[in-house]
Amino acid sequence: MHNDDLIAFLNSKLSKEVTNITSPRDRRIFAETNPEKLVEVTRTIKEWGIINLGTITGLDLGEQFGIIYHFYDSKGLIFNLKVYIPRNEPKVPTLIGLFPGVFLYEREIMDLFGIQVEGTPMVRKYPVPEDWPDGQYPMRKDWKGLPAKKEVITE
Amino acid sequence: MSEIKIPMGPQHPALEEPESFDLILEGEKIVDAEVKLGYNHRGIEKACESRNYIQDIYLIERICGICSHSHSTCFSQAVEEIAGIELPPRAKFIRTIVAELERVHSHLLWLGVAGHEVGFETLFMYAWRDREAVLDILALISGNRVNYGINTLGGVRRDIDADEAGKILGSLQALTERTEYYIQLAVNEPTFIGRLSGVGRLSKEAAENLGAVGPTARGSGVDRDIRRDDPYAAYGEIPFKVITDNHSDVLGRTIVRVYELLESYKMLAYLVEHLPEGPLTVKVPRKIPEGEAISRYEAPRGEDIHYVRSNGTELPDRVKVRAPTLANAGAVREMLKGNYLADFPIIVAAIDPCFSCTDRAIRVVRGSDSEKLDWCGLRNYSIEWYKKRGCDLSRLDPA
Repeated sequence: MHNDDLIAFLNSKLSKEVTNITSPRDRRIFAETNPEKLVEVTRTIKEWGIINLGTITGLDLGEQFGIIYHFYDSKGLIFNLKVYIPRNEPKVPTLIGLFPGVFLYEREIMDLFGIQVEGTPMVRKYPVPEDWPDGQYPMRKDWKGLPAKKEVITE
Repeated sequence: MSEIKIPMGPQHPALEEPESFDLILEGEKIVDAEVKLGYNHRGIEKACESRNYIQDIYLIERICGICSHSHSTCFSQAVEEIAGIELPPRAKFIRTIVAELERVHSHLLWLGVAGHEVGFETLFMYAWRDREAVLDILALISGNRVNYGINTLGGVRRDIDADEAGKILGSLQALTERTEYYIQLAVNEPTFIGRLSGVGRLSKEAAENLGAVGPTARGSGVDRDIRRDDPYAAYGEIPFKVITDNHSDVLGRTIVRVYELLESYKMLAYLVEHLPEGPLTVKVPRKIPEGEAISRYEAPRGEDIHYVRSNGTELPDRVKVRAPTLANAGAVREMLKGNYLADFPIIVAAIDPCFSCTDRAIRVVRGSDSEKLDWCGLRNYSIEWYKKRGCDLSRLDPA
């Protein structure tokens, strides 16, 4: 089985780095890792046959943020690798060195959740507009909309 | 020679949607391009968190006017997986029929746009005429030309009866003949090949590295199709081939799409002829148990990915959508490099970026009866409608 093959690989090569491996159904695997180990784990699973990153999902879990990296292989499997980071110091490393197409997904969690992706080359904002105010992260659960603009009334 | 920077967009006749490209030119050649996106961001993911699952199906269906069924199916699948619901066979088949009809109308629309972008207006007119036949079938099945509203959690909302099945098969025959003619055109007509061949090159390695999806990737020889690799709905039960092509340019992407049309006609005929009997829905609780699921779907433009996380209430905790055009955005820059400025429209069009087309009324539903209105009838109806609301437009007679 395809799932078992990846689980066996994770258990033999990355038994310390990757934890809480679950497989809810065919071609779906969920697991966790530390933010410090993220790049190393990604490099290693590429050896197994992970070909690219589908997208990155940010989660607001209150005290911490969750980030899910959805990797896929060529046979229909999605490997969802979760990373948890504290809300007061939200930082993860970039994966641009391993997958050149990820910059838009990384930019998304930067602008929508306010998570720092260290080393990403994408400097322009996406998907929020360029004139979006700093410190406004719409996908955070406590976000209540942009502050009202101060109206300037002239006589 | 000094470099010149030309902004294309966000509003530009060559683009059907707001997106912006800064092209760096050396003479007529594009040496680099900067892609700016985000003009269409409407905060749908955030909005999903404050609506219940049924409302979210309708909201998500409106992410895109063309691949509306793709998004609503992808979302429904994720929720059904969390709730542990198995769809009745008939519902799976009907979802798949609508999915393939959507692919056919989307690819025909694209073929027309491609013809238009390279100055082949006859192809544009022919392809869009044929697309009408597909939209008529979709309207027959669902009542709508786009945003079909077929999906609900646990099944589908409308059935396909024997009469409708017969009409679908009739239309398919005509469409097959015409598409075979377009294939002759795409692979034999020297001017068409000359215009598309070698334009917007994307090597197989680049397509894989940059995460390109759908016909854009398959036109570069990447053999990947979610319908086969991670089967959903009825795709595990029906025979079909995955089309790939090794041209790795706009011609390759065109060939993939026209052959996919033929493949879709065959699949549709099979689905309609083998439609299983049985119920259309199973009951799904209003509150979805705590859990998470990731759902994939091969939309006409490539792979949709939806992630849904539930918290045991009626509202989802998180909904994440990755549409195929975003996955292909990185590849566009690669394709533009080294091409002429005049090739810009067809290169961008060749990834088939999403755009909507929803404005046409065919039926006005009053109570339970529906009646067909011609143009004059529709105009009079609208005049009466506004009159009741205190606005008399009847004197604005176009004649």
